[in-house]
Amino acid sequence: MLGRTANGIFWMFRYLERAENIARLVEAGFRMALMRGADAASEEWRSVLATLGEQAAYDAQYDDYDAMQVCNFVLRDKANPQNALLLLENARNNARMARSSVTTEVWEAVNEGWMMVRDLLARPARENNLGLVLGTIRRQSSLVRGASYGTMLRNDIYHFARAGTFIERADNTARILDVKYHLLLPTVAHVGSRLDTTQWDGVLRSLGGDRAYRWLNAGRMDARGIANFLMMDARFPRSLVFCLDQLLENLDDLVEEYGEEGLSHRLAREAVARLAAADTDAIFDMGLHEFLIRFISENHEIASAISADYRFVD
Amino acid sequence: MLQCSKAAERMEKPDSHFDEMLFPDGSVRPAYDRYCDWLDNQEDGWFKRKHFEAEAFFRRTGITFNVYGAAEAEERLIPFDMVPRIITAQEWRKLSRGIEQRVRALNAFIHDLYHRQEIIRSGRLPQRLFKDNDAWLPQMVGFTPPGGVYTHIVGIDLVRTGPDEFMVLEDNARTPSGVSYMLENRETMMAMFPELFKGGQIRPVSDYPRRLAKSLAACAPDCAGEKPVVAVLTPGIYNSAYYEHAFLADQMGAELVEGSDLRVEDGRVQMRTTRGFRPVDVIYRRIDDEYLDPLTFNPESMLGVPGIMDVYRAGGITIANAPGTGICDDKAIYSFMPEIVEFYTGEKPLLPNVPTWRCAEKDSFAYVLDHLDELVVKEVHGSGGYGMLIGPTASKREMKVFRKKLEANPQNYIAQPTLSLSTVPILTRKGLAPRHVDLRPFVLVSPEGIDITPGGLTRVAMKKGSLVVNSSQGGGTKDSWVLDD
Repeated sequence: MLGRTANGIFWMFRYLERAENIARLVEAGFRMALMRGADAASEEWRSVLATLGEQAAYDAQYDDYDAMQVCNFVLRDKANPQNALLLLENARNNARMARSSVTTEVWEAVNEGWMMVRDLLARPARENNLGLVLGTIRRQSSLVRGASYGTMLRNDIYHFARAGTFIERADNTARILDVKYHLLLPTVAHVGSRLDTTQWDGVLRSLGGDRAYRWLNAGRMDARGIANFLMMDARFPRSLVFCLDQLLENLDDLVEEYGEEGLSHRLAREAVARLAAADTDAIFDMGLHEFLIRFISENHEIASAISADYRFVD
Repeated sequence: MLQCSKAAERMEKPDSHFDEMLFPDGSVRPAYDRYCDWLDNQEDGWFKRKHFEAEAFFRRTGITFNVYGAAEAEERLIPFDMVPRIITAQEWRKLSRGIEQRVRALNAFIHDLYHRQEIIRSGRLPQRLFKDNDAWLPQMVGFTPPGGVYTHIVGIDLVRTGPDEFMVLEDNARTPSGVSYMLENRETMMAMFPELFKGGQIRPVSDYPRRLAKSLAACAPDCAGEKPVVAVLTPGIYNSAYYEHAFLADQMGAELVEGSDLRVEDGRVQMRTTRGFRPVDVIYRRIDDEYLDPLTFNPESMLGVPGIMDVYRAGGITIANAPGTGICDDKAIYSFMPEIVEFYTGEKPLLPNVPTWRCAEKDSFAYVLDHLDELVVKEVHGSGGYGMLIGPTASKREMKVFRKKLEANPQNYIAQPTLSLSTVPILTRKGLAPRHVDLRPFVLVSPEGIDITPGGLTRVAMKKGSLVVNSSQGGGTKDSWVLDD
């Protein structure tokens, strides 16, 4: 397999995962903003932009946080080089470039998804079609995932695809937690108020974990429990521990296929071991923010090591 | 057997052209019997629905054609017409014999041009034809590619003017494209109209990629292992034929590489894989000679591989098609093909050329100038329907401008009569309407033999009366059927 192709596949799945995460984040943000006053809504949109690392770019263009303005910035604004439509286009271009490494079903799902979202976002999204746009992004992302799962050979190509997915997903979960971590810290004023549970619910929703959490906890909400669920629950497919386990599993498979181990593999193994040894109480005592910042940077290092180990670029 | 068809009766009447579906009296030719029966049994409005279905199918699968200079339509679809072009077993047998003969002659001709040049010594071909011709590469002199094969893949463009009159319009020995349309058109037709294929009377084309892979592997250099590594070299996703490059690589199970993936190391061309550099044995390149090696040809090229020509000449890799085969696409050379075929095969050509006047020759040139309004004049190095004059349809102004260019540089042009090309109906909103077609069969050459896929790509002018079938000029394509006996 060509290094350039591996790079293309890895990033194709990162882009797709990122676009899907944006859709979830905006969906949860929109819901939160609806349920709260104007000031709080602005605060909500600011945190969406902060999670995506797009606040500075947004502030350079606009001076207020109008809901649809933020949504369109995040989804389709040309001034935003990370907008969801562009990410889908990048994913599709990568799939074209690596066309001979993905199955026809995967290619068609990516191509069709891009075409649908492109048509939907040919004009700015409005309140009455935002749900359709976001739903389409999520659904098309599921289609690609399903097509990959159901049709791709379990060889290096597949493992690079999965590695890209979980690097991106771990990064996303950690970022959301980091922007919202203050909500999860125990503060005297808010404890038990309705605000808290709404906000916590918003955090869970932005990771698609609200339903799962309710099932597991019989409807009880508490900050530490939510943080523990999103970081440490190995059953939840967007938790940090789940993402790292899956990442390591795919790197293990690559090691087995290639017969040699690189830096990326060692780093991933260490990260998994560290996370297994950590517990939520200790993390809160030591500082959740510090923990997440370190996690994000280590995740980034693993991604760079994968790129170097497998000759993604010359 | 005279048979009438409702759909055919409603068809726009063909002019004086040979129509492949209908006799001049409007009855259906035997090859189209079954199809017209089927057509008559379709309910109204089927066409619109199927047209939409086909378009969605192409968009989804990503079959597109990039048109240079059309930024908005970066990925445009080539119009696909749903009426098949049907060739009988008997017609095909005759055609394929002629094609095989011509391709054999082309290979022998190229070998000769880069070795002893017997054909020039014998006085049958003027030296001027290749002396100042950029397509003739001095770097190939005295070198024989692995297996002695120059033109691994050839596309022979055929036109038809009567029941038994097929002629060669052009030879494409450089990098013939369009085979992915041949394959996808068939897939589309089979998906949309499975009932037409029942009974297995239509010869399949789908094993072309497998045959291509086999044919290329058979041309591998001696240093290759038991399973030669084949790669398709593409200029990248912005090339107009990228879809085809990716499609063929995928179907062959070959790597799709760009110049930046390759480098020369230890006397081999190697590709950067996730496990390090690995040698490539056969490169099916879809970039022009000029860009192949910046050390040998265009030093500005970023698309090729520095040093690949040295490896090639040392026998370390097969390049398909061989550099320097483009000389056969030259239209002045083309005009000598009857002599060339006879010289190398010792036989009369089975497939005639279109009559051609060489403007480089004084008498011919005078004739061309006198009859400009009835001729088609082409640049000898041109392709894709660019830079030509179609006398009968040109405006006064176009004629005047073209005449000036022609007089300034006569040897740059050849002229041909405006042929009464055969028509095959296409489906328009108003029903069937005859449109002019040509046919490009695809031919594979290896030391194991010459392999012709039944049929090929039918290109069709979508505009009424138009003779220009090139996709770069709005032409469309059809599925081409060769019937079994």
